[in-house]
Amino acid sequence: MRLILEIAFTHIAGRGRQTLVAIVGVAVGVGFSVAMAALMQGGQDDFVEQLINTMPHVQITDERRTPPRQPAEEVFGAAAISGLRPREDRRGIINPTAALTWLRGWVPGQVAENLKAQGVIRYAGRDVGASIIGVDPDAERGVSPIVEDFVQGSFDRLRAGGNNILIGDTMASRLGAGLGDTITAVSSTGLSRNFKIAGLFHTGTTARDEGEAYVLLKNAQILSERANAINEIRIKLADPNAAPAVAKRTEAELGYKAMAWQEANESILEALVVRNVIMYTVVAAIMLVAGFGIFNIISTITHEKARDIAIMKSLGFAEADMRRLFLIEGVAIGAAGSLFGWLLGFSLVYALAQVRFELATTGQEMTRLPIAWSFLHYLLAAGFALASAAVAGYLPARRAAKLNPVDIIRGAT
Amino acid sequence: MSTLIEAVNLTRVLPAIVPVTLIKDVSLSVGEKEFVAVTGPSGSGKSSLLYLLGLLDRPTSGTLKIGGRDSGPMDEQERARTRLAMMGFVFQFHFLLPEFTVRENVEIPMRKLGQLSRPQMRERATELLESLGLAGHLDKRPDQLSGGQRQRVAVARSLANDPPIVLADEPTGSLDTKSSEQVFHILETLVRERNKTVIAVTHDVEMAARMDRRIHLVDGGIEEP
Ligand SMILES: Nc1ncnc2c1ncn2[C@@H]1O[C@H](COP(=O)(O)OP(=O)(O)OP(=O)(O)O)[C@@H](O)[C@H]1O
Ligand SMILES: [Mg+2]
Repeated sequence: MRLILEIAFTHIAGRGRQTLVAIVGVAVGVGFSVAMAALMQGGQDDFVEQLINTMPHVQITDERRTPPRQPAEEVFGAAAISGLRPREDRRGIINPTAALTWLRGWVPGQVAENLKAQGVIRYAGRDVGASIIGVDPDAERGVSPIVEDFVQGSFDRLRAGGNNILIGDTMASRLGAGLGDTITAVSSTGLSRNFKIAGLFHTGTTARDEGEAYVLLKNAQILSERANAINEIRIKLADPNAAPAVAKRTEAELGYKAMAWQEANESILEALVVRNVIMYTVVAAIMLVAGFGIFNIISTITHEKARDIAIMKSLGFAEADMRRLFLIEGVAIGAAGSLFGWLLGFSLVYALAQVRFELATTGQEMTRLPIAWSFLHYLLAAGFALASAAVAGYLPARRAAKLNPVDIIRGAT
Repeated sequence: MSTLIEAVNLTRVLPAIVPVTLIKDVSLSVGEKEFVAVTGPSGSGKSSLLYLLGLLDRPTSGTLKIGGRDSGPMDEQERARTRLAMMGFVFQFHFLLPEFTVRENVEIPMRKLGQLSRPQMRERATELLESLGLAGHLDKRPDQLSGGQRQRVAVARSLANDPPIVLADEPTGSLDTKSSEQVFHILETLVRERNKTVIAVTHDVEMAARMDRRIHLVDGGIEEP
């Protein structure tokens, strides 16, 4: 084996310039793949992190995935009942206290309940449709980042009690109302109450900034005439990845639809998968091109060394030895290229990490490129490179191994 | 005296639109310590026969036993192994590996066989080369040697694993008279003093006459004199 390695080395060393070109080809491929992966992964991590931070990890609503069985169906085991008028359920999560106690008993994270009702906010003759969300300020703090998003007033003012309301800044400007003004909230059942604006928030999501209003849970229950009712429970977990399991267990126990953030954002996550597929396709294409360089040099060597192949075979080297010889040469170039590629990739990623720029649209703080440092990228790029080198070396190696020594010896004499 | 090479009705036909018969019904038996000449006009199949006997080529039909073992059922790996341990080749052109020194060239078959330690290989290669008058050239590369010297290195390499059989295809064909004589003398010594069996293709009638036995080929078949 050492012998084969030595022979392989002399072959490679004998073609310095061409070897260098092949190595540089692989190195550039590996380097750019690493840099690209760092950028793409960085962007993705950044994105998912924002997703995780802004959304509840599990959202339990008072809906069910399948319509509840009707009492008639429970009693009669018939295959189909027609003409049945479903019993009207009162909306909301039944027995909320028990559900919350149960959840708080085992869920590794924060749990907050709320009652969300559709209504209208009215001020000085102007109406804006809104989701009026009744929350428990202490619990809400644990699950929602909205606490941090106040431009005027603060979330804590809700806790003081009384008829306070928090609305988005967009809604405020549409209403023409400001901090301290008194607005009227009208529920879908027609009940109306006055609230004092105690805070304005800006989340950056337009739909929320112009369509959400926060009040105390008690006030929302009074407004919608549903004492003690809640219709949504939101959970923030210590480990976001545990969300599907928590959702599953909750749904099985409570019967209500519990949606993990992964499910809620399925299409976005799918888009990320597509993005990754595209990235790996590009990486594979780069490696394919690098592979051509290796194929080229190994082919050249096998042609040039046809005589040596014949000699070695006549000496007693088997076809497998010859295959191994040229395969090693290809992989050696791939390995050398990978090493230099790592250096190049590291430098590129380092350089990219230094880049800072200002986002023109928001005009806010300086932003860095989102970069993910992951050893996995290096392993993957090198893996691709070595695999392509192995294939690129194997094809000419196999042909060379099959060379009939007699033909070559005859040709030479 | 036991039989080293035994061929029965060896035939080699090159498949083509018009098939070419290289070797036709050759039967022969070569024992230990024989010095055999293969003669015949150009194109008569001398080289082809040597490739068959050296397991470099496969016969179309007929059987060939090397050291009592039938070569027919051997796979490629076993044939390579048999070449490595049982045979040494010397061709008209030296066929040394150009990137390696003279001594490394002689060591390569030993390293492939892997029966000696590295220092032993080195020692044996040195001994072989010195016995062939190449003492001062051990660390040179083949292209720094004369034709006769290279051919002697090739002989040394053919003896690397101490094989019982040495096959030589016009080993003196590209050499001047003096070098030819030297190489011929070495081959003769192999038979007389080292108990090798040497089968050598030669055009030189006088040389053939000095060998123990002559196999004369005409159009791929043996012709009795
Ligand atoms: N690949 C081939 N295709 C067609 N004919 C071939 C091929 N190889 C060899 N031959 C023919 O086979 C015959 C035997 O060739 P071989 O090389 O064994 O002869 P030789 O006796 O060694 O000749 P020389 O003395 O010139 O070396 C020749 O007539 C040659 O032309
Ligand atoms: Mg010939």
